[in-house]
Amino acid sequence: MNVGAFEAFTLVVRRELCLSFRRPDQLLQPLVFFLIVTTLFPLGLSLQLSLLRDMAPGVLWVAALLSSLLSLDSLFKSDADDGTLEQLALCGQGLTVIVVAKTIAHWLVTGAALVLVSPVVGTALGIPGSAFATMMLSLGVGTLTLSWLGAIGAGLTVGLRRGNVLLSLIVLPLAMPLLIFGAGATDRAVSGGSPAGALYFLAALCVFTCTLAPFAATMALRITLE
Amino acid sequence: MWTWFYKLASPPYVYGAAAALTPWFLGLAAITMGYGLVAGLVFAPPDYQQGDAFRIIYVHAPSAWMSLFAYTSMAIAGGIALIWRIKMGHAVAAASAPIGASFTLLALFTGSLWGRPMWGTYWAWDPRLTSELILLFLYVGVMSLRSAFEDPARGDRAAALLGLVGLVNVPIIHYSVLWWNSLHQGATVAKLGKPSMPGSMLWPLLSMLLGFMLFYGAVLCVRLRGEVLNRERQAKWVREAIKS
Repeated sequence: MNVGAFEAFTLVVRRELCLSFRRPDQLLQPLVFFLIVTTLFPLGLSLQLSLLRDMAPGVLWVAALLSSLLSLDSLFKSDADDGTLEQLALCGQGLTVIVVAKTIAHWLVTGAALVLVSPVVGTALGIPGSAFATMMLSLGVGTLTLSWLGAIGAGLTVGLRRGNVLLSLIVLPLAMPLLIFGAGATDRAVSGGSPAGALYFLAALCVFTCTLAPFAATMALRITLE
Repeated sequence: MWTWFYKLASPPYVYGAAAALTPWFLGLAAITMGYGLVAGLVFAPPDYQQGDAFRIIYVHAPSAWMSLFAYTSMAIAGGIALIWRIKMGHAVAAASAPIGASFTLLALFTGSLWGRPMWGTYWAWDPRLTSELILLFLYVGVMSLRSAFEDPARGDRAAALLGLVGLVNVPIIHYSVLWWNSLHQGATVAKLGKPSMPGSMLWPLLSMLLGFMLFYGAVLCVRLRGEVLNRERQAKWVREAIKS
């Protein structure tokens, strides 16, 4: 059976989405984690809304990074454990296509879901409604970039028994520019300035990682799989 | 023309070359660092603003420079090993990582000691300090990834790939951090503008820089010999080399 690269891509994406929607609890866990972490900050700091509003972009972004990181571990792991990943690598399609499909699917169920929940959290933290568009846009672009960086990390740690902590150790330093520009853009929007500069930087980072990271992630998988 | 390159792939040759180079590196490092230390700590005039406290620059600046240099050489050695499948590249990368991490730690430590009298604080979220700290995290990531694999060959290649990814990211991280602070900076950290140094201060600094580089070369050679012996412990030439 001859399957084109694009068809293979859509098939894998559909498979991933199907698998994750059959397990709604796993789908919801990162989102609940996101909500809990953002709840912790007001409890630990102060209930003053003005102070909270100043900290909100940073809190929101740190929580988003942590919760996407939490779900990254499962990106290749379950497929590697039951041998599906080897079959996918041998199926005749380039491994890069599979990696791209899996990462996009992962972003759809984690990053895009975070974007949808973020207005609720934003309201709770006192972010004004006028900044929601910037917040959601920056979160969307940022989590996509993070999924790509995470794909490299997950590929490198997939064969390891206790790869979870190591994965965070690898990915978080690489993700710091995202935090800086993402929180910067949201911060600007909250204080009424123009977030365009930080958003452009964020978009540039996203394009850059989207072009290079698939190959790095494929290489990482090849190293750990063989 | 390429024979020297192929020779570098042979463990006994690398082992011997590292042993032969070590005393040279050490001797030259002792001379340049000796001159740098004496001229910098004794003969250089005290700074007109910072007095004698500025002299920590003779350790701080070279170690900060070497932290980047060691990372770059680690990543390049790993890249060479990945592309041409030269195992010795992994040995060089593995030997280089802890040295680089130590230089990073030294730069952070001396920097905070310097910051205390000058800025009034051990730590400020200055772009340079922050990106140096992130560099330390990158080193830790590469080293722990290498040791996390049971199969050392796999760990080597995973660490080499991560080193390359980090190499692409280091400038991005650096400039993002720079940009972040210039965006947020409310109370300006008393920043030391770069005064044009007089020669009596500059020459010892350059000498220390060269000395640190030579010292890195010497330590790298020693560590590399250890790496090679450990990696080739089943080989026949190792037994002969140990005996003789």
